[in-house]
Amino acid sequence: MSEPGPTSGSAPAAGGRAGGPAGAARPALSPLGLALGRFRRNRLALAGLAMLAVVAAGLAGGAAQEGAALVRGQPEPYRTPQAGVHPQGPSLDHPFGTDALGRDMLARTMVGGCVSVGVGLAAAAISVAIGTFWGIAAGYAGRGVDTFMMRVVDVLYGLPYILLVILMLVLFAERTAWVRGVVLLLAIGGVSWLTMARVVRGQVLALREAEFVQAARAIGSGPARIILKEMLPNLAGTILVCATLTVPLAILQESFLSFLGLGVPPPLASWGTLAAYAVDALNPVRVYWWMLAMPCAALGATLLALNFVGDGLRDALDPRGK
Amino acid sequence: MVRYILRRVLYFVPSLIAIYTAAFLVMHAAPGSPFVEEKNLSAEAIEQRKVEFYLDEPMWKQYLLYGRDLVTLRGHTSIKYENRNVITDILAPAFPVSLSLGVCALGLAVVVGTAAGVASAARPRSMIDYVSMAGAMIGISQPSFVIASLLALVFAVALGWLPVGGWGSPSQIVLPALALAALPAAYIARLVRTGMLEVMSADFIRTARAKGLPERTVLLDHALRNAWLPVLGYLGPAAAGIFTGSFVVEKIFAIPGVGQHFVDSALHRDHPLILTTVVLYAALLVVFNLLVDIGYAWLDPRIRYE
Repeated sequence: MSEPGPTSGSAPAAGGRAGGPAGAARPALSPLGLALGRFRRNRLALAGLAMLAVVAAGLAGGAAQEGAALVRGQPEPYRTPQAGVHPQGPSLDHPFGTDALGRDMLARTMVGGCVSVGVGLAAAAISVAIGTFWGIAAGYAGRGVDTFMMRVVDVLYGLPYILLVILMLVLFAERTAWVRGVVLLLAIGGVSWLTMARVVRGQVLALREAEFVQAARAIGSGPARIILKEMLPNLAGTILVCATLTVPLAILQESFLSFLGLGVPPPLASWGTLAAYAVDALNPVRVYWWMLAMPCAALGATLLALNFVGDGLRDALDPRGK
Repeated sequence: MVRYILRRVLYFVPSLIAIYTAAFLVMHAAPGSPFVEEKNLSAEAIEQRKVEFYLDEPMWKQYLLYGRDLVTLRGHTSIKYENRNVITDILAPAFPVSLSLGVCALGLAVVVGTAAGVASAARPRSMIDYVSMAGAMIGISQPSFVIASLLALVFAVALGWLPVGGWGSPSQIVLPALALAALPAAYIARLVRTGMLEVMSADFIRTARAKGLPERTVLLDHALRNAWLPVLGYLGPAAAGIFTGSFVVEKIFAIPGVGQHFVDSALHRDHPLILTTVVLYAALLVVFNLLVDIGYAWLDPRIRYE
């Protein structure tokens, strides 16, 4: 652990890049290079990446449609009701079918994904940034600092997030859709880092007493080194899994707000509002399965892909290997 | 340990006061009066209601008056449900409903989630692993209103095996408990699997195997004990959330629980109801968080609290 210390900080990027195009000419020996190699051999993780690429292309298409409509100043056909058509099943014209107003479900699913994935990524970014820092700081410092920081988390936890989110949305109800969208992101992101902080702190408490951390302390390693070199590699799995789970949770929270009618405003859509809309139309007599199945499948596929990638990253980054 | 627990119990009081204060401030940051919807009220009636809900008093006095109503457990009249006391008429009958449903759901989630996680980790990349992780993905990725609606549609409406909703008989608990358990079960299964896989390559597992312990003991006594640490961290807040009910599940299955009041009180800015539901939730939360921290030390004796 001590001998590659000074170099390994700068080596990973260079090693990873050199190991790529040069192929077998020079084996990548840096930790990140090895991790990249392990990740590339993981077929599930690569499949997850490919699925994410397809989803990203779909979202880009949705964003492009939305942008074009903004530039032209006219609503797109998928946003305006079409005359004389009821919910139609999937066909060549409408691969995902249409909704009760005749709007194309494929276009709506693509545009809706931008909102849903945006909420998920923002929440994950906020929760990794704040939650990891908070959890490590509290768990490592211990004693009074730990007590204080965890009580702060308790207080924030103590406010049911739904109350905060609803009151924030009420507060900004008069503003433009953009402002409300950003408030939605911040509100959901701002309540999602607490779980991460608690879970990370729990791990750090155990790691602090672990033999290899005590050994590092005994040979005179400082806190920064112990946290970055000894603890963080062992926390990476937990953090990654938590982050990949935060994305779906945030998307679900947005869908729950949609169920309450507090999601994105009507002409726009998210996977949550589409599903909520389809659940309203659900009845045992005539089943418009595509209205529910399409947004839910898009949601499921995205989250599945994120999980494959997250698992692949965890296996690749785990310093103990398998 | 006893001293640690006593100290934490003492911290309950400032914690609850802090949460009550935060809720009070958030509540008052939202603009508008709780009475805007009732336009047909005379000015006199509005004035009378303002007095009833302390709105004629300065903020600090409102804070103390509502605090007094809570501490003495006397409660206060609700704004949305007129003439009904938030504690005795609204939350006291609703909480046992949410609690019993929540206990069923959480028990189900812990058992199913742990079993699926252990089974997956025991044979990674096997059929069992793929099936249980696919199940967990569905539980995590689908909104609870979709799961609850589909359960109701299939098992209640189409097959007719179970009642569509309502509360009172054991058969009415099954579908809402399943809907409520889906997300935590999926979450626990994933945390257990990850934790087990991390620990399976540890030296003490190799030692346990080398000294000839049966695989079952290695998995359940040695590996699971360590893999459960992250699950505990998740369970504390999850339990408080589940025991205070879910708006979606209660709405779809027509269950008279607490979950609806969290949403309704915020939407209607029912000040007494907001403060009371928040403090109820917060009280459960601080207790469960203490239980979680005690659980950490019990599962992993290396963890010490001074």
